[in-house]
Amino acid sequence: MERYDAIVIGGGLVGSAIGYGLARAGLTTALLDEGDVAFRASRGNFGLVWVQSKGEGAPHYQRWTRGSVDQWVPLAAELADKTGIAVGYRRAGGVHLCLGDEEFDQRRQRMERMRREAGNFGFEYRMLDQREVADLLPGTGPAVTGASWTPYDGHANPLRLLRALHRGFVDHGGGYIPNAQVVDAVPAPGEFRLVTAAGELRASKVVLAAGLGNAGLAPLFGLNAPVRPQRGQILVTERAQQLMPIPTTTVRQTEEGGMMLGDSQEDVGFDTSQKPAVMQAIARRAVLSFPWLRELQIVRAWAALRVMPPDGLPIYDQSQRFPGAFTVNCHSGVTLAGAHANVLAPMIAAGTLDPWLDLFSGKRFDVSAAA
Amino acid sequence: MFQLRPEGRPANVIVVVEGRLVRVPAGASAAAAILAAGLHSIRETSVKGSARAPYCMMGVCHDCLADIDGVANQRSCMIEARAGMQIRCQNRGRRLNPAPQSS
Ligand SMILES: Cc1cc2nc3c(=O)[nH]c(=O)nc-3n(C[C@H](O)[C@H](O)[C@H](O)COP(=O)(O)OP(=O)(O)OC[C@H]3O[C@@H](n4cnc5c(N)ncnc54)[C@H](O)[C@@H]3O)c2cc1C
Ligand code: FES
Repeated sequence: MERYDAIVIGGGLVGSAIGYGLARAGLTTALLDEGDVAFRASRGNFGLVWVQSKGEGAPHYQRWTRGSVDQWVPLAAELADKTGIAVGYRRAGGVHLCLGDEEFDQRRQRMERMRREAGNFGFEYRMLDQREVADLLPGTGPAVTGASWTPYDGHANPLRLLRALHRGFVDHGGGYIPNAQVVDAVPAPGEFRLVTAAGELRASKVVLAAGLGNAGLAPLFGLNAPVRPQRGQILVTERAQQLMPIPTTTVRQTEEGGMMLGDSQEDVGFDTSQKPAVMQAIARRAVLSFPWLRELQIVRAWAALRVMPPDGLPIYDQSQRFPGAFTVNCHSGVTLAGAHANVLAPMIAAGTLDPWLDLFSGKRFDVSAAA
Repeated sequence: MFQLRPEGRPANVIVVVEGRLVRVPAGASAAAAILAAGLHSIRETSVKGSARAPYCMMGVCHDCLADIDGVANQRSCMIEARAGMQIRCQNRGRRLNPAPQSS
């Protein structure tokens, strides 16, 4: 039976970022994944590396996200250098467009609350009026009443990121094993035996990074990760000349020129079907924002499932019952890739999570803790 | 490079590919006309400007993108050739003119 220093369950953005960090730290690491039928948010997301809407009422999440985009710069450079894959990270700030006075007002209040919550850490933002938005972005429609802007936001090519992390992982000696769904586990502190579709494997550390699969896996290891699916639909247009200098939360232009229009938030369980009414609402908002988008043909569209913790914040934990078992979940795996590869993975490699990450522990969902 | 099969249907639909008159049978695709015209390529990719010509002929690869009758970025393999159709190269991304806001 193969024995590893660490086994990471789940080869999406979360698992491959952690796996990359562990293999880079010198651990012999296996990355277990399912096959092509799996639910995989990492292959269906919007590609924002986004800060400005993260962590209202939870300033530690805002801080963690900011730390992650700081790590994105060296991570993207390192991946390009080691793997030859450019992940296309561009950080030139980003905006959230407001349609109508009410949206603008709510956004302004929310951004101001976040600035106050940030305290000394700071939260630099600007509310832009209609004219300022029109100066910043091409041909905004009259429905656009303004926007919030922060310098922290950016975007990248999430598929290239996934490929680069996998390549980097393998180059560091990691073993990627697809079609290896974990079906059972025999945990003991520091000694884990996993029963998978590809045979049995052993490791002294296990990281649960199986996205929506974590909900079922976590209890086997004395952990709690009650994530649920939230569907998002996305439309993509034909390629156009570069027009958008910076991304917005619902419209961004890829490096190749296609316009991505997103994205819905639907609680419909494990259902990845596409709904014309939702696609229509996405297109309508996009065209209200940028009327010239009406000219472009939609060439692709899809639905994917977000991995959503109950309160929207990441879940990071080490099992008390079975030390060496960790769980990692989040709904912004593109944005947090920097922190996962460069901050969290080194902690897991060392065997302990920083105490301040207790704020992200899955224990916050325990019934006794809530009582 | 490509030739119409002599025993095929009569090639009596005439289209214009980058200024050249090309004859194809009724029911042929615009991409078939591009191949019949013997062009080296019909589009330049949006980022690097590499030359591309029809490839999969089934709507998947987007390498046959062309400007057809003034509409940019058309997959020519999915469009039937019609008499008098104007097929032009699609060079890089589509050009748009986002009119500035009028208020
Ligand atoms: C529409 C949409 C838009 C989004 N936009 C953004 C965005 O703009 N920016 C951003 O930062 N994030 C965005 N996200 C979120 C981001 O995509 C996810 O946070 C991220 O992909 C989650 O990665 P993951 O690895 O946890 O999950 P997944 O990608 O779901 O991967 C989990 C993997 O685990 C495997 N697995 C599951 N169970 C098992 C098992 N028992 N054994 C072995 N393997 C298993 C699965 O096969 C799968 O490959 C978006 C998501 C969606 C759906
Ligand atoms: S030749 Fe591939 S899409 Fe037309």
